Amino acid sequence: MMLSVRDLAVRFATDGGVVRAVDGVSFDLDKGEILAIVGESGSGKSVTAQTLLGLTRAPNATITGTVEFDGQDLTQLDDEQFREIRGKRIAMIFQDPMTSLNPVYRVGDQIVEMIRAHRKVSKKEARDSAVDLLRSVGIPNPERRVHNYPHEFSGGMRQRVMIAMALALDPDVLIADEPTTALDVTVQAQILRLLDDLNRERGLAVVLITHDLGVVAEIADRVAVMYAGQIVEDATLDKLFYDPQHPYTWGLLGSLARLDQPRPARLAQIAGMPPSLLNPPTGCRFAARCPHEFDKCAEPPPLVDGDRCWLDPEDKRRLRDLDGRIGLQKGVAS
Amino acid sequence: MSGEPLLEVTNLVKHFPVKSGVIVDRVVAHVKAVDGVSLTINEGETLGLVGESGCGKSTLSRTILQLTTPTSGSVRFLGEELVGRSRRSLRPVRRQMQMIFQDPYASLNPRKRIGQIIGEPMELHGLASGRDVNRGVQDLLDRVGLSPEHANRYPHEFSGGQRQRIGIARALALKPKLIIADEPVSALDVSVQAQIINLLKDLQEELGLSYLFVAHDLGVVRHVSDRVAVMYLGRIVESAPAAKLYDHPLHPYSNALLSAVPIPDPKLNISRERLVLDGDVPSPIDPPSGCHFHTRCPWATEVCTTDDPRLEELESAHVAACHHPRNLVEQN
Repeated sequence: MMLSVRDLAVRFATDGGVVRAVDGVSFDLDKGEILAIVGESGSGKSVTAQTLLGLTRAPNATITGTVEFDGQDLTQLDDEQFREIRGKRIAMIFQDPMTSLNPVYRVGDQIVEMIRAHRKVSKKEARDSAVDLLRSVGIPNPERRVHNYPHEFSGGMRQRVMIAMALALDPDVLIADEPTTALDVTVQAQILRLLDDLNRERGLAVVLITHDLGVVAEIADRVAVMYAGQIVEDATLDKLFYDPQHPYTWGLLGSLARLDQPRPARLAQIAGMPPSLLNPPTGCRFAARCPHEFDKCAEPPPLVDGDRCWLDPEDKRRLRDLDGRIGLQKGVAS
Repeated sequence: MSGEPLLEVTNLVKHFPVKSGVIVDRVVAHVKAVDGVSLTINEGETLGLVGESGCGKSTLSRTILQLTTPTSGSVRFLGEELVGRSRRSLRPVRRQMQMIFQDPYASLNPRKRIGQIIGEPMELHGLASGRDVNRGVQDLLDRVGLSPEHANRYPHEFSGGQRQRIGIARALALKPKLIIADEPVSALDVSVQAQIINLLKDLQEELGLSYLFVAHDLGVVRHVSDRVAVMYLGRIVESAPAAKLYDHPLHPYSNALLSAVPIPDPKLNISRERLVLDGDVPSPIDPPSGCHFHTRCPWATEVCTTDDPRLEELESAHVAACHHPRNLVEQN
């Protein structure tokens, strides 16, 4: 096991009250595994990812639970100890490669600086590894490109630079927070292929944060679906797409305008909006939007066998079937 | 449907000058954002316009509305020429062509109440006054799935999806015939996207609207469109009825775009053949010679580097600009 997260909760004190952004999240990441965490905005997926690396520490934040990595609990580390983990053992890339690179330094210098901060090597050696890294992520003419500034790269190329930097210290785990969301589809396909290669060739374990189930289907081994600060379903890739258990997952799958299926007259949709995390419902958090709600849903369902729903498994198979497709409910009048 | 299309765009060009110089600004080049686009939209029809960032699809929609002045070309709406007309004389036309924007956060004035945002256009265009404005606002809010009490609230009190509904209500306030929707759902979560798409389709059915639906998401475009046009570097490279284009794209670029979309079905993803393009979209300042796509096209030959292919009807109602079209199924 690379990474083991137990009962992770992150709360932020705000003027409006305490926001329970992440509320009891547990998952494991195996060696060489690609785990996707999917969810919509505000589901807590990015806060979970950032908390793994201690990036949500702030005076107004309360973090409880454990993040076990290599025999240590990362939530207990001080800043100095964390420096030995960040970048070296667990690296992270972000959605927007423009704001994650320093615009006034050459790309090569930024990689060199980062290598030399962690390893005792000469400038020359660091520069050579920078060139090798850029080559390994598919940047043409790396000898010339190290001298360029970030603005001289396209969006896709910048994301490659970010990946090169993340790989510089040969980490075991890469946390990728919406790495292709800002990119065009043809470039997204290139970056996903690159991540897949890195995973297979280096055995790099990846936590992929995304809202796009297409991207998940393309690259993940396992999927955790988050809703309102909790994991509602945790399953292998095939199980999630062909035998999904949680009604929210049905809703997500059903509301996609898919290219691989005949076009339906209306898209299935999920009515309403996610609950406020200032004061989440005491029972099932999805109940208010779920057409299959029943009395039991007033009690909070536990996550059992990767499923947080009270419905009977036999009933589920029937309920999720909308004329041969999986969905939550037919498109109702808007 | 009458004989004449609702909107007819012919050879529309928008070039932005690139300036350089310390004391005197000299024009050193042009960004060819829209480079000779022709298209038509009929009454009650949805034309989907797809392409990657920088292909000129947003500039095209703004130029059609005359929000930016075209460099040359013609835009005819309801039989009237719009290019070259004064702002004043465009006003009655603008009432009939409205726009829905991508960012529901930036496109609503944060200091105005929803009632004002939706009601003001009606007053300005003389469609309603006094109490009728309020009644009109309430009807519109109801129609887009919000409740009438919302008229007294400010934009920040709404979620992204609700704001997009407000934007739609504002566009509908003037009873337009054509709505240009520029990436109307790309800032929204999938479950909310489905709600908004269903709403747009319902409104079209009720009110007989026409849409120019601009988006980069090919799944969404297929779902809403009757016909689809694919843009690359300022030009339309292929256009066809949606079913045909998605079933057998003729242009290699359309092929590559469709093949790059990840399919939410793991087994299908493994089995299907993928065409992953190398490189990025070239600069529209200095587009490649001949066919603009030849630098990334796996099937490019000598002729593609020199001769610019013209848009030709290769199958019935299916046009593409390519020397080596793929997947032809009909004999023409």
